[in-house]
Amino acid sequence: MTDSVVRVRGVDKVFGIGADKTPALQSIDLEIPKGAFVSLIGPSGCGKSTLLRLIGDLTQPSAGTIEVNGKTAHRARVDRDYGMVFQAPVLFDWRTVQGNVELPLEVSAKDRAGRADRARAMLALVELSGFERRYPWQLSGGMQQRVAIARALSFEPAILLMDEPFGALDEMTRERLNLELLRIWKQTGTTTVFVTHSIPEAVFLSTHVAVMSARPGRILEVIPVDLPQPRNDLTREDERYFGFIKRVRERLRGRDVVRPGAAEVAAS
Amino acid sequence: MTKRIGRYLPAALVFVGVLGLWELAVRAFGIQQFLLPPPSSIAAAFVEHFDELMTVGRNTLVEAVGGLVIGGVAALVVAFAIARWASASRALLPFAIAANSVPIIAFAPIMNNWFGILNPLSKMMVVAVLVFFPIMINTLRGLTLVDQASLELMRSYAASERAIFAKVRVPNALPYIFTALKVSATLSLIGAIVAEYFGGARSVLGQFIITEAAFFRFANAWAAIVVASAVSIAFFLIILAIERVAIPWHASARIVDSS
Ligand SMILES: Nc1ncnc2c1ncn2[C@@H]1O[C@H](COP(=O)(O)OP(=O)(O)OP(=O)(O)O)[C@@H](O)[C@H]1O
Ligand SMILES: [Mg+2]
Repeated sequence: MTDSVVRVRGVDKVFGIGADKTPALQSIDLEIPKGAFVSLIGPSGCGKSTLLRLIGDLTQPSAGTIEVNGKTAHRARVDRDYGMVFQAPVLFDWRTVQGNVELPLEVSAKDRAGRADRARAMLALVELSGFERRYPWQLSGGMQQRVAIARALSFEPAILLMDEPFGALDEMTRERLNLELLRIWKQTGTTTVFVTHSIPEAVFLSTHVAVMSARPGRILEVIPVDLPQPRNDLTREDERYFGFIKRVRERLRGRDVVRPGAAEVAAS
Repeated sequence: MTKRIGRYLPAALVFVGVLGLWELAVRAFGIQQFLLPPPSSIAAAFVEHFDELMTVGRNTLVEAVGGLVIGGVAALVVAFAIARWASASRALLPFAIAANSVPIIAFAPIMNNWFGILNPLSKMMVVAVLVFFPIMINTLRGLTLVDQASLELMRSYAASERAIFAKVRVPNALPYIFTALKVSATLSLIGAIVAEYFGGARSVLGQFIITEAAFFRFANAWAAIVVASAVSIAFFLIILAIERVAIPWHASARIVDSS
């Protein structure tokens, strides 16, 4: 378990004070091994985004500890270990596609000379070569989301945190971007935490699916998905793929009992 | 090209039509020159006094531009300071808001006294005070009304306050600043001319209009008003052009696919 990149221990998160107190997360334990692709799935409002933001040090836990690469989450953020992709692309209108992808490199003053090349390579990775000089508003929603992914990858973060990045896309685009994301993940080996509402998407992409309960969010079970890699269109026809989908669905419905220790990814 | 002509044709027709009606009405009803001179005599006055009108127009424009620069720079400095340092906000904002409630034009005679009635600086200062508030408040809005998600993205990169300012807040404020500048272009000309009414060098629009009106040469006064309007519109268009070049990414400058 020493190779865990993310280690969440006994984390609670309570929003507000007094009468407005909302417990969002309760006793969360989660270990994410290096190179894993972990999906967080659960009903709306169960705290998936909150957990992702806690790992990314964009909000602080009310109790418990979060360790990332053996450091505090804060230290990891300051060390620029995170690449974040939000539900909305969050691109800057005043920057070209190229400029948007270069943004994190500029902020970290990293790789000054190779910046432009690096951004171009990342755009090629998400199949957006030729769009470097366009502005974000000249692109479709799916293309914008791919720019956001290229931007998150541009500075080679140790951990990729993605919050429903394909939530707003149609099924076809989504499936294509899933394949692209997996290809990139294979190529870079970046440890990835991925929030989604879609059970098939979670199963298709992940090495582990963390199933969460309704508010206050807890992790009911972490299901290891040992479908063969690399995943491709054949995976979606695999019988075991449907088996995993069924398992996750039943877990979400609250059948099956919680097995002790099941919340530990690395235990598998 | 023909499309363009087609687009502006209705406005051009209305313009010509109004001038024609004006001319006809003045002649038909025998309206006195001092009430309303016909466009033809205004045009004649314009041609006759062309050189002088250009000189006074230029002098007033210099005052307006100078005042806009002084007021604009001060407004930007204050807005940046307020946005950057919360303590500056507490110290400066009440005064800025109080200043906005003051009828600035009332200061014109004082400015004449402070900076010299013949010194263009006295008019510039009136303009500066006049444009200060709209530019300051708009800039402040642009610097602070930033998409929360953008700030969070920058935080995830552990960006410094300074980097957030330079890469998010300032670009975000640019469209707001240009909006304020466009309003202020018109405002600055109004300020300069009204300040000139309170006394000043002879060769400026305000004094030209007062003098010509005093001698019942109303066509000349109207010609000067035409010049004032033209200068004001030109000033506005220049700022518009700068905006197009400076922030081509902004929605206002996007090429709309209208067919
Ligand atoms: N800043 C906040 N202040 C107060 N409550 C919050 C805040 N952020 C989230 N919450 C609460 O915490 C709970 C979890 O929110 P969160 O956004 O993490 O849910 P989620 O699982 O991502 O939901 P969805 O799938 O709809 O995106 C919700 O009940 C929400 O009301
Ligand atoms: Mg969410």
